[in-house]
Amino acid sequence: MWDKFTGKKRVTSREVAKQRLQLVLIHDRSDISPVMLEALKADLIAVISEHLEIDQEGIEITLSESRGKSRLLATIPILGRRTRR
Amino acid sequence: MPGRVITITSGKGGVGKTTTTANLAVCLALLGQRVVAVDADIGLRNLDVVLGLENRVVYDLVDVVEGRCRLRQALIRDKRLSEMYLLPAAQTRDKTAVSPAQMVDICNQLRPDFDYVLIDSPAGIEQGFQNAVAGADEVIIVTTPEVSAVRDADRIIGLVEAGEKGPARLIINRIKPDMVRRGDMLDVSDVLEILRIDLLGIIPEDEHIIVSTNKGTPVAHEVGAPAAQAFRNIARRIRGEEVPFMTLGGSDNLFGRLRRLIAPRSDAR
Repeated sequence: MWDKFTGKKRVTSREVAKQRLQLVLIHDRSDISPVMLEALKADLIAVISEHLEIDQEGIEITLSESRGKSRLLATIPILGRRTRR
Repeated sequence: MPGRVITITSGKGGVGKTTTTANLAVCLALLGQRVVAVDADIGLRNLDVVLGLENRVVYDLVDVVEGRCRLRQALIRDKRLSEMYLLPAAQTRDKTAVSPAQMVDICNQLRPDFDYVLIDSPAGIEQGFQNAVAGADEVIIVTTPEVSAVRDADRIIGLVEAGEKGPARLIINRIKPDMVRRGDMLDVSDVLEILRIDLLGIIPEDEHIIVSTNKGTPVAHEVGAPAAQAFRNIARRIRGEEVPFMTLGGSDNLFGRLRRLIAPRSDAR
């Protein structure tokens, strides 16, 4: 109640539960295993590295869900363009 | 008109499948329907004790399947409701004693004589669950507002969809309005948003359930119990009536208290 006045936002255990559930269900529903994700990551690195210099440590591949569909999100930091092909 | 076979299942154990099956059977019977409750939890039977009929069990589901008795002989009439019966599970056997095809056959034999065949499914997603849903026209999934129960419910929803049983409907059991109000429990809208499934009913946590289970008298017989009202509402929705969902939580404000004073039994949204 006090938080409402002070404008502080308490993260309730209900919100934590909801977020955790949403995340775990994305994986449960997609049938994509962590092993498969790792293999995918290695292949992506190989393909993209042919064209761009990328930060391999900074790559993030995650599953998310929007509009009822599972989505694969890859965030790949680019360091620069490969000078030679 | 042949009866409807409805399976009550959950994935996770201990969320209230058996209590729900027993009480929906009672409520449908109180609405004048001919009901048989089938315990499909072979090896871990409990519907008999929840209904208070454990002393009357002579034959069971496996005896019927294996031809030791006729189906009629295995049916136990309820103590209070003359149109309600129980088909008990075997206690000394396991899930493999019955096949999905045999369950379909039992359901087909029961349909002509009853308006509703309610099947109490075992927990899990293995053969016991497969048996329980094999003959179902419709599936009701019971969950509680907890992470593990909701996750398992999601898995079951997927399996029911894959089995082409038509859209399953959800009962959210054991809601604690105080905890929801404090932000310490998933609320109905959270669970529905996550599971994307039609809501059939919500049942508040109610100590009457433990007392009634102790006695072997389903809580549905208890007129003033909040859970009894919830089960009666669900039974009417199963019958096709539009019944507003109970308001749980948020009633500690002045408006909620006033409304309860004015209409103590009302459960309008």
